[in-house]
Order: sequence, then structure tokens, then C-alpha cells
Amino acid sequence: MPKYAFFLGCVMPLRYAGIESSTRAVMKELGVELVDVDEFSCCPAPGIMRSLHSTTWLAIAAHNLVAAQERGLDIMVVCNGCFGSLDEASHILNHDEAKRAEVNKVLSKAGSKEYKGKTRVRHFAEVLHKEVGVDAISRKVKKPLDLDVAVHYGCHFLKPSAVRALDNPEAPTLLDELVVAVGARSANYRQKQMCCGAGGGVRANTPDVALKMTAEKLNYLDEVKVDLILDVCPFCHLQYDRGQKDLARPKQYPVVHLSQFYGMAFGIDPKLLGFGMHDTKVDLKA
Amino acid sequence: MPDTVYRPDNAFPQEIISRGGTTILRCFQCGTCTGSCPSGRQTAFRIRKLIRWAQLGIPEKVLNSPDLWMCTTCYTCQERCPRGVEITDIVMTMRNMAVEKGQMQKAHARIAGNIAKTGHMLPFKEENMKVREGLGLQGTPPTILSNKEGMAVVLRIFEITGFTTLIAQGGK
Repeated sequence: MPKYAFFLGCVMPLRYAGIESSTRAVMKELGVELVDVDEFSCCPAPGIMRSLHSTTWLAIAAHNLVAAQERGLDIMVVCNGCFGSLDEASHILNHDEAKRAEVNKVLSKAGSKEYKGKTRVRHFAEVLHKEVGVDAISRKVKKPLDLDVAVHYGCHFLKPSAVRALDNPEAPTLLDELVVAVGARSANYRQKQMCCGAGGGVRANTPDVALKMTAEKLNYLDEVKVDLILDVCPFCHLQYDRGQKDLARPKQYPVVHLSQFYGMAFGIDPKLLGFGMHDTKVDLKA
Repeated sequence: MPDTVYRPDNAFPQEIISRGGTTILRCFQCGTCTGSCPSGRQTAFRIRKLIRWAQLGIPEKVLNSPDLWMCTTCYTCQERCPRGVEITDIVMTMRNMAVEKGQMQKAHARIAGNIAKTGHMLPFKEENMKVREGLGLQGTPPTILSNKEGMAVVLRIFEITGFTTLIAQGGK
């Protein structure tokens, strides 16, 4: 049974807890064990923390990697932001000895442990695709989802591709295959790989600019037949969910994280999926 | 009125290089980056120009510019750059340099302040606990929020790197 240190991050446990309960239920169903680690903190938020003070960003990320290392586990994240922080920090620490020494000095002084460079960081969607596999997923489907899905990969799931090496960042298929695996259709739409607008501290600093990007992407969805937006990142999720409310546009798309989508397909109690806390109503009849 | 005269300071691109932005001088200004930039479609931000000012060594056009904060770090420009310039990473390096010159943005200081105080980006409120319990989850997330001793280590890291002091200065 695959086993991972479950990295919760911030937006999921504190704003969209339904993504957390869905992830736990879906992974249990698929026989993947998730271990809670009460030393995990914020990843820390790459757009803001890495922009403000890269040494602090790297040290806190390393401390999170150490917590998994000490349990002999790899990390599983559910958020592209956490993925961006932890996977890139791990890449830097594995390739830059001077930085690793500098960070280890901070960790030792703070009472943490030495980072030895062995912790792998995995994304929930990637674990589903590469470890569980689409066939095993299809076999678990109790309720095929007859829906047209606008997949939103988000940025840090696949980029920078020189570090991630998961899929082609310009024309990926990984999430589309995961959507098809539960009986749904993945819509082809303009600028599918475009950013939601929230990252890099833009949502915090200039929310109007972030919202303009969100609005542009939503306009492209209006050109095709789409029942929902599917994301793999609670921060993109938040940007679309709250953004549609802020934009007050006539056409609203339910925003669903992959874990919640799989929860629907696996017949998990709808109350556990947490759609009730979304700003944009989720009323899907699959 | 004459145009502003800028005096190039080569120490600026050299500083970017010394912080890891070794690819910056490769840029030949093709504009693929600006053509790919989702933020540039909505604002006057031109990532090609920002890189040019940096190469030329005109820090005031980079570090004081609101454009520096318009990048969502989506990495599209970096992926497509035909010269392999690590554009997004360089933007973050230049942001670090801007922050050292007192250019931290207020909203970022507030959020980073949450992280340096609670270990998480967002405040944990009573209502969050109720929602979590309603979903069958542990009321307080099983993270550093549940671990006082562990939290002390995280806070020490922020102090040792000087981040606590930096945040106390606040944003502009």
C-alpha cells in the first residue's frame, strides 16, 4: 500500500476543508495511506515568501521536507503552490551544496534536523495517474460522471518543466486522462494552459489585476460546452470560486477540485465533499 | 524637456547573477516572454522591458516599478524563452532585492506576517474549526497549529534568517 506524509498547506484545511475530507476519502478508497505530520506548516507560499526573502522560503520548505524525512516518507501535496515550494526547494537543496549547507546551519540552530536530500514531493494528481493508475481508478467508479469538464492545470503543477518533468507544459494530457477515467469528457478550450491570475502575490497585492486574468479565462469557457471547472490547486480553486462571485457574471461555473470530483464518481457521501462552503454554487447533475 | 538620463550600473546585473540569475545576459529581446504573459495582456507590464532595464543596469526602473509585482510567476515566459533565460526565477530574485530596498508591498507584509506568527498563511478561526468538525475532520488541522513545540522551531527559523525583523518593518 503506497504511503505518504499528507501535506495540508493552508488554503485547503482553513478555507476549503471539503477538499481535505474528499482527498482522505478518495485515497482510502484507492488504498493509499496518508499520514498526518504535525510539524508541517505553510509550504511557505511561494509567490510571496520566495519573492520577499528566498533564504527564509528555502529554510521553512527544508524544515517541512525534514519532517517527512524523519518519518521515512515522501510527501503528497494537494496544491500547486505547495508543490511549487516544496518540489523546487528540494531541487535547489539537491543541486546546490552551498545553499544546502547554509539552510542546514539555520535548521540546526533552530533545533530542527539536517536535511539529507532524500524526500520526494508528489502531487495528488500525479500519484493518482502514476502510482494508482487510470485502470484501477475506473474500476472504483460507482457513478460515471456524464459531464463536460474544463480542466485547469494551473501553473506550478507542470512548470518549471525542467524541475517537474511530469508532462508537456504546453499540451499536457495527465489531468484529461484522469477526467476520462471516471466517465467524463475533457473540453478543449482556448488558452487552456493559462494562469488563473492569483499567483505570485498578485491576488493579494493587486486583486483587480488578478480578477481581469480570471475573467479572460472564463470568457474562453463561454465559447464551448462546459459544466464545471476542475482544478488541482486550492488557490486556483479559491480564485475561480470567489472570483466568479466578485465578477457577478451571468454564466457561473461550479469549481471542483479533482478530489471532490472523484468523491462524486466513487459515490462518497455528498456532505463530505464540502460543496456547501463554495461561493459559486455547485449544482451538478451527472 | 530632455529625456531622463540614466547612468548604467553594471553592479546591478552582476548582483542578479551572483544570486543565481546567471542566464539574464543571454536575453536578446525577442519578446516571446511579453507575447506569452497573461498579466501583460491586462496591464502595462512588459516583462521584456523589465529584463532589459536589469541587463542595462538601471535598478530604479526595476526595483521601484509596480510592474515588478504584476508577475503571477506562471512560468510561461521561462518555458518559452528561446535563450533559456530563467525569467520567472530572476523576477523573484529582483523582488528580493527590491524588498531589501524597502519596497515590500503592504499586502505581502500582512500575509507574510501571518506565516511568521502562526506558521500558516491564513488565520485559523473558530468558524473554520466548526466547518472541519462538520466534515468529520479534526477541528484544529493536524499541522503545526496542533503542535506548540514544533511551532517554536518554526518561529526560531524566522528569527534566525532575519525574517521576523524584516516583516516588523512593514510594507509600503
